Amino acid sequence: MVYSFRGGIHPGTHADPGFKAATNTKPIEKLALPDQVILPVSMHIGAPAKPIVSVGDTVDLGQPIAEAGGFVSAPVHATVSGKVKAVEPRLHPNGTKVLSIVIENDGEDRPHESVHPYDFAAMTNEERIECIRSAGIVGHGGATFPTHVKIQSGIGKCDTVLINAAECEPYITSDHRLLLERPEEVVGGLKMLVDIMGVQNAIIAIEENKADVFPGIEKLIADDPRLKLYPLKCKYPQGAEKQLINACTGREVPSGKLPADAGCAVFNVDTAGAVYRRFTTGMPVVRRVVTVSGSAIAQPKNLEVRIGTQVEKLIDACGGFKEAPNKLLMGGPMMGVAQFSLEIPVFKGTNAFLAFCGEEDKRVPDPQCIRCGKCIAACPMHLLPMYMNVYGKKEDLDNSVECGMMDCIECGSCAYVCPARIPLVAQFRLTKSKIQAKRMADKAKAEAEKAKAEKK
Amino acid sequence: MYDLSKVVVTSSPHIKAADDTRSLMLDVLIALVPALCVAVYTFGPRALVLTAISMLACWAFETIYNKIVGQPNTTGDLSCLVTGVLIAFNVPVSAPWWMLVFGSLFGIIVVKMLFGGLGKNFMNPALGARAFMMASWAGLMTTWTAPHASLPVLGKVEMTDAIATATPLAALKTGALPDAGVAELFLGQTGGVIGETCALALLAGGAYLLWRKVITINIPAAYILTVAVLTLLFPMGGVDRVQWMLSQVLSGGLMLGAIFMATDYVTSPVTPKGQIIFGVGCGLLTVLIRYFGGLPEGVSYSILIMNTLVWAIDKATHPRKFGYALDKKKEAK
Repeated sequence: MVYSFRGGIHPGTHADPGFKAATNTKPIEKLALPDQVILPVSMHIGAPAKPIVSVGDTVDLGQPIAEAGGFVSAPVHATVSGKVKAVEPRLHPNGTKVLSIVIENDGEDRPHESVHPYDFAAMTNEERIECIRSAGIVGHGGATFPTHVKIQSGIGKCDTVLINAAECEPYITSDHRLLLERPEEVVGGLKMLVDIMGVQNAIIAIEENKADVFPGIEKLIADDPRLKLYPLKCKYPQGAEKQLINACTGREVPSGKLPADAGCAVFNVDTAGAVYRRFTTGMPVVRRVVTVSGSAIAQPKNLEVRIGTQVEKLIDACGGFKEAPNKLLMGGPMMGVAQFSLEIPVFKGTNAFLAFCGEEDKRVPDPQCIRCGKCIAACPMHLLPMYMNVYGKKEDLDNSVECGMMDCIECGSCAYVCPARIPLVAQFRLTKSKIQAKRMADKAKAEAEKAKAEKK
Repeated sequence: MYDLSKVVVTSSPHIKAADDTRSLMLDVLIALVPALCVAVYTFGPRALVLTAISMLACWAFETIYNKIVGQPNTTGDLSCLVTGVLIAFNVPVSAPWWMLVFGSLFGIIVVKMLFGGLGKNFMNPALGARAFMMASWAGLMTTWTAPHASLPVLGKVEMTDAIATATPLAALKTGALPDAGVAELFLGQTGGVIGETCALALLAGGAYLLWRKVITINIPAAYILTVAVLTLLFPMGGVDRVQWMLSQVLSGGLMLGAIFMATDYVTSPVTPKGQIIFGVGCGLLTVLIRYFGGLPEGVSYSILIMNTLVWAIDKATHPRKFGYALDKKKEAK
């Protein structure tokens, strides 16, 4: 059986579905160590980490350099050995300047004393979760939610663990190559996660365009009846948590709730790999695989890089640009964030860096909706993007919510299929912020009135 | 070091599908070609000339309107040409060319552009034009010539008994089966407006639109099935039900209306459930007008009436959003 969900789109061309041909057969290459790494204290969702080193300190590979700033937070580790050159705001892929620790590489790659293998079987569950937390492991698919929080809040509520290997975003092949070249890390990590969560059902969900990884995975899961491999029909956004859970289990995460409310915990391929590496080698999160691709890249590649490496080094390693790019993207073309500089560092959630020089974007001046309804057929959340746009533009916030505004996952399927080229997602982001502002204002007003009434 | 002067920063998504408004309209034009070919075969070169005049007029009026109002030219989306073809397809081949020009004027300027252009009009421009021509030149709109009659390519048609004919709908109106058999109706060898007669060619065009994913099957299927079921259940004049049903489905503008006019994006619902309601409503009204109305044909008015209900239908048929039924069930418990 091949699993899937209702709605969604098929990006790519007939000859190159998903635009993955440029890199899906290219083995992972290790990038030479950079001269310096820039490590922002915010590489995860939640409170920023607090630096615990100062300028001039000598640090080793894997040494903690910033501690978690709260429960929903993650520590940061040195990804090279060397000297702390600066602790100052630097350009972050989110477009603002974020406090970052800059380390000058001494080229020795000397591991820190805290880096040693753990005896997983002998550890208590609390120790295991602490071991994951202190390794700075977050969702490596791009959302960067701290993994220990997901585990802790899911224990007892979840009966199923899913490995999200859909990799439905066009162009990206980093998970594909990891599954093919290092399946033991992914499956090993999954087995550990299943043990920690105490579930009897684990699913590795992989889209059919990566069928070449099935034999390797099947061999590794054969000895464990808890683990299953689910092939998925190729469709975007199958890797979106809610769609993946729906495709594999038929469950729907209730509106406004978390996957745990549907009894599922979803982990990225490389998150499972990071868990495995943490317990078997002791190494915290210091490297990741990044697909560098797009029409402007001379030699697209899958590169394994140290976190904190500036993107410019990745472009250098791929032979530079064929043509001056008109779009730079951190992440995939559907949900990735447009960049304006190559100084930004690779962070924990960077699965790809893309550069385009063609007409990929297809923007038009003054687009007009023709009510074709293609956006509605494409919406994986079964919303009404066409009417969300109409009401959003009119600032009719109540009706826009009724049509699904706050349930929108911003996957971009509607804007992708729109023949009129309406920037639907941009409009939705704007309207969502207006709705949130209005809700906050309403709440403040209600509280003020309550306070007034109490005074009397 | 690298040249980043061309880099722009925009909101995601950063890639788009190949199909755009123009390519969709081009697909509709391609889908209309089989029916046009049969029309030229059946009614002669005059059918082609009238279609060309109507297309040209629609294009010209949209261009002129944009010039006068001072807005960018919108004819590049090709929707005016689709309207042009459909206006011509909705008149008898004996119609004078100037009537089509007036029809195009009304359809493009009044029904479409004055409401804000493509996407803003609430009525199908071609059907609006047809209604306008019916109201203004009822005689010219209901004069029928027999297939393969020799007609002047452009000039005025002098009606004689030799070339005049009745449409199958006239017979059906009286509760009798038309002279033309089911096969003739299917192949379009009967009287009627230029584009409506050949069900086969229209179905071929519809199949192309479905294959290209320009339209979904909801509206045409709901529309045609509703007419089929109603006429099968309630035959008039004691004739054979199946014969009666097939004659009703294959006669008049049902195929043209269901496949090309009721599916007009702008004037049909966008929700799947709404599309089915819209199709059923069109079918119901068509049968009511054909059975009880003053006119033999009801397709165009049915669609126009349903056009006015589109926003209400959409509003009443919001699909179930992902993750919502669960909440309701829990609340019920």
